[in-house]
Amino acid sequence: MQEILFFVTATLCIVSALGVIFNKNVVHSALLLLINFCSLSVFYLMLNAQFLAIVQILVYAGAIVVLFLFVVMLLGADLGEDVSTWLTGWNAFLAALAIIMLTLVGTSVFESMTQGQSGNFTPDDVAKYGQAQMIGITLFTDYILAVQLAAILLLVGIVGVIWLARSDSRDLILAGKALSNKTK
Amino acid sequence: MLIQYEFIILLIIDAVKILTIGSAIMGAFMGALMVERKLIGRFTGRYGPNRVGPFGLLQPVADGVKMFFKEEIVPGHVDKLVYLIAPALSLTAALLTFGVVPFGRESITLPFVETLLGFPVKLAPWVADINVGVLYLMAIGSLGTYGVVLGGWASNNKYSLLGGLRTSAQMLSYELPVGVAMLSVVLVTGTLRVREIVEFQTQYGGLFWLVFLQPVAFLIFFIGGLAEAGRAPFDLPETENELIGGFITEYGAMKFGLFQAAEFVHAMMLCTLITTIFLGGWNLPFLQQIFIFLPFLQLISPVIYLSIFLAKSILMYCVLIWVRASVPRMRFDQLMGFCWKLLLPIGLANLIITALVLAVLFF
Repeated sequence: MQEILFFVTATLCIVSALGVIFNKNVVHSALLLLINFCSLSVFYLMLNAQFLAIVQILVYAGAIVVLFLFVVMLLGADLGEDVSTWLTGWNAFLAALAIIMLTLVGTSVFESMTQGQSGNFTPDDVAKYGQAQMIGITLFTDYILAVQLAAILLLVGIVGVIWLARSDSRDLILAGKALSNKTK
Repeated sequence: MLIQYEFIILLIIDAVKILTIGSAIMGAFMGALMVERKLIGRFTGRYGPNRVGPFGLLQPVADGVKMFFKEEIVPGHVDKLVYLIAPALSLTAALLTFGVVPFGRESITLPFVETLLGFPVKLAPWVADINVGVLYLMAIGSLGTYGVVLGGWASNNKYSLLGGLRTSAQMLSYELPVGVAMLSVVLVTGTLRVREIVEFQTQYGGLFWLVFLQPVAFLIFFIGGLAEAGRAPFDLPETENELIGGFITEYGAMKFGLFQAAEFVHAMMLCTLITTIFLGGWNLPFLQQIFIFLPFLQLISPVIYLSIFLAKSILMYCVLIWVRASVPRMRFDQLMGFCWKLLLPIGLANLIITALVLAVLFF
């Protein structure tokens, strides 16, 4: 039962991931990415990581792909602009990078599976207190530095966005004044 | 082998439960449509539909039959696949939310089944009781955006695209205040399980509904929920005077019907969520004490719980109609400003104050 589910989901995951790259329509690619994220969350569910599965959908499927679609629409892709070819030098370079990255990640996952150490919490703890609580405790004790660094990174992003939005509106106001002066 | 057998039985029970709840909701959609049209009629000094059947009660059936028998037209300039998927996605996302709503308190052990199958079968009044229920609600709520955005894009029409863009911006923005309001609720109850949030409200005689403990969160959740469901006064996705019909412009027949159904199911979902999270769910004040004095009522307690839950939800739905009839639609810039400059700061302040109060209380 589990194996069947795994192979079906894995096929879906890989096919949709390839589709994201090779599809020539931007919006269809984004949709395939959505399918990919959803199948990843099924994997998390099968590994009994419900919290991760839901967060995967909440963050990636619910926010990031919507953002992609939003940008594509704002940039005015009428039914998506078709890309003429995907076989360029730059893409080949990116593919090589991706393969190196994949090897690194695969190796590290394999290493930590065979010789890594297990965490502080047993499955019984997780069942008793809930996964969100366990992850929260781990994040805010052992990995507090990483959390704070991420928080600072996000803060920088927010400040940058506010500055951009502000200066843009300022420019618009200036442009509007210049225009009204001209008409006078 | 026995485990396999039990597993399949449980799977079948779950499937039946999902089908029952799903079709009940689609039936309730008919009722909601009727109630809405009747009440809106009364609010605006009309009778509402009153020709088809007794008191016009068969009007939704007539509408449904009309929808089904209309010609299915797919305009030539659309992106066919996405165009056809969008309404289904919209409705699916709205329906999925009901998966974690508890319609009653405890599981019933089915009588006679143990002798028949050899193991006891418990029937729970919810589909799933997952330990990240609140997050699940947020996640599925955020998926609701897709139907609208994709429908607007695939129609390949300026008005549809504008409507889709507007709606995605609106839904993305209003998810934040709703999430923050949910967070303060989670802080108070200390759990992400929807069932336990309701249990929390049955403590102390069932007097402490979260609407009293977290009135600000309730208001933000209510307003944000209205905006996420695209209900008036936030029904900007389909402003007919500016956008013809927004994302629905190019849709006809049953595809249009599906979008319409999705909107109603979304509104019903909002009502059940408010009932569950803020209005005590299936419980009434002192109901448990009444059960102690009149034990025979305990026998029909699932029915009582379900009817209380439904009564609260329907009342909430009438409030929604009331709001729709009395508040005019907002302008788009007002809408965004309201969300980002008013709701979100208030929600965040509420969250921080809640956290501080809890920290002082439990220090």
